[in-house]
Amino acid sequence: MARRQSTGRTALLTIVAWVIGLLMFFPIFWTAVAAFKTESDAYTLPQNFLTTPWTLENFGIVQERSDYLRYVFNTTVIVLLSTLLGLLFAIPAAWSMAFSPAHESSSSLSGKTWLAIIAASLAICFLTLYLNNWTVNNVVVGIVLLLIFVVPVSVWVWTRRTTDTLLWMLSTKMMPPAGALIPIYLIFNRNGLVFKDWGGINLTSYSIMDSFWGMVPLMMLLNLPIIIWMLFTYFKEIPVGILEAARMDGASLWSELTRVLTPMALPGIASTCLLNVILAWNEAFWSLNLTNKAAAPLSFFISEYSSPEGQFWAKLSAASIMAIAPILIIGWFSQRQLVRGLTFGAVK
Amino acid sequence: MGSIALKSVVKAFGEIKIIHDLDLDIANGEFVVFVGPSGCGKSTLLRLIAGLEDATSGSITIDGEDVTDAPPAKRGLSMVFQSYALYPHMTVRDNIAFPLKMAKMDKAGIDKKVADAARVLNLASYLDRKPGQLSGGQRQRVAIGRAIVREPRAFLFDEPLSNLDAALRVGMRMEISELHRTLKTTMVYVTHDQIEAMTLADKIVVLNAGRIEQVGSPLELYKAPANQFVAGFIGSPKMNFVGGAPAANRQAATIGVRPEHIRISRDTGEWAGTVGVAEHLGSDTFLHVQAAALGTLTVRGDGDIAAGYGDRVFLTPDPARIHRFDDKGIALR
Repeated sequence: MARRQSTGRTALLTIVAWVIGLLMFFPIFWTAVAAFKTESDAYTLPQNFLTTPWTLENFGIVQERSDYLRYVFNTTVIVLLSTLLGLLFAIPAAWSMAFSPAHESSSSLSGKTWLAIIAASLAICFLTLYLNNWTVNNVVVGIVLLLIFVVPVSVWVWTRRTTDTLLWMLSTKMMPPAGALIPIYLIFNRNGLVFKDWGGINLTSYSIMDSFWGMVPLMMLLNLPIIIWMLFTYFKEIPVGILEAARMDGASLWSELTRVLTPMALPGIASTCLLNVILAWNEAFWSLNLTNKAAAPLSFFISEYSSPEGQFWAKLSAASIMAIAPILIIGWFSQRQLVRGLTFGAVK
Repeated sequence: MGSIALKSVVKAFGEIKIIHDLDLDIANGEFVVFVGPSGCGKSTLLRLIAGLEDATSGSITIDGEDVTDAPPAKRGLSMVFQSYALYPHMTVRDNIAFPLKMAKMDKAGIDKKVADAARVLNLASYLDRKPGQLSGGQRQRVAIGRAIVREPRAFLFDEPLSNLDAALRVGMRMEISELHRTLKTTMVYVTHDQIEAMTLADKIVVLNAGRIEQVGSPLELYKAPANQFVAGFIGSPKMNFVGGAPAANRQAATIGVRPEHIRISRDTGEWAGTVGVAEHLGSDTFLHVQAAALGTLTVRGDGDIAAGYGDRVFLTPDPARIHRFDDKGIALR
């Protein structure tokens, strides 16, 4: 657009933009400054960071008290494995939705009928539980109830149109995670596999708390809707004719996915991975609730310095800087890829 | 070998029927062109043969083998797409080699076949380029190269020339015709361009609204169209249709006369009219004549006709070449 702007107007806009930018940057700036101050200086208000001495002691103390590299290792394991696992599920899912979408529901039952079926099956479950005083000790009855509870809903989701499925996936991100904390905490605490870290099987303690066996799938599931959505939008940009050509050329489904689709969608897949890595790296809610040592990531490492015994601002800041440094560096070097991926397809 | 037979094939998308109970036989080595207006189902029909769409009912056999439920890869057919559908991340060499790699051919065999195809299609100096660095015509050649290396039972072409400019289109048309003569493989070709259909086909299948209107050689369709639709679709400019008295005089509901079968005269003739638009092409002249109750008639004369806008002319149809149709549009013979 050819639009002439006066120098004064440009200057004003520049100043406004800088002010907004600095305001937004300020908390990070403060954290970065506090990390290099002594505990008392960091705590004093008003802040006078120009005259107070600079120090590196916080980093030393933090490293001494909690093994930073151990947390980096844990975070890296969770982030990378959950991303890879996510791709394994998301690429086929996005492929099927992008290239053979269901335009119509594959069920001939009306919405009201489905509502009635689901309501009736839930009612049966609750009634049975009520009559048994809310506990079922018979394994068979338990399994039957679970099937009655899960199957109609699953079939209903299964028969929906692709657009509905996409919305449904996104809707799982609309619920506040705290709402699911207690069941997931109990599942982690009481059931399932029995590992600490990757450790050996210990049949005496039924727990996947604080283990990679729990955290990796959890982190994958948390971000799966976003991975599928992003990949879906990238795949939509790829002409279906090219995949059809591959089919005509004798490619199996596996070859079609690995030799044609994936290489073509590589920029999109890369930026999806990058975003997922950033999200998983910074995830705190579940990490803080479900880990405490063996599989604790960097968000747990930061929280160690916000303790009931008092706030250690300088050490907390130092830990924060240490925790975000790696992802900041990765983000800095991959920003072109990230921007390119996020705007992929906007301009052909 | 490559004979294809369709029996009672129906294709419906939900409630909408695209192909209605269609039967068709394509003999080995034949060049068959599906032609029809857009939305007539010609591309869908090709995709049904390819296996990219599943038939709702009916059967498709290739060389006597029922392939109705076989995936595209198992049908032994090659397809050239309108959009070329080259793999953008592979070089020309890898594009052409892809079907051979999928067939698990050994490296030496692949190299030889790719080199042969590249020589035939004049692509030898482009083998290490990516499709993005090629012109439209070159991309189309790569697509054809990818189709020929696997020596299919039949080639399927889905409007392969419609993305090319006019000059290139004529050249590629001849190359495809040449290719058919050399390979002698069955080819099924979809186009909406009747010139492509007339020049390439051994047999033309005219489709309309999911039904076959007529099957025949190009000249059969031109000389003896089975109905008004085929008569109007084949031939350029379009056949003139006249109802009313001139048709009734010839015991028909409608008569059709091709623009080239009408004689133009300044002073005498069966129908009188006034010239509207006159298109002087040098070799020919197309006159659009307002002929009172008959409507606008298109007439093709030689290049020297001087008639222009507003001139009064007389038109006489060639009695031997008048097509007569009944009230349902079916040709009367």
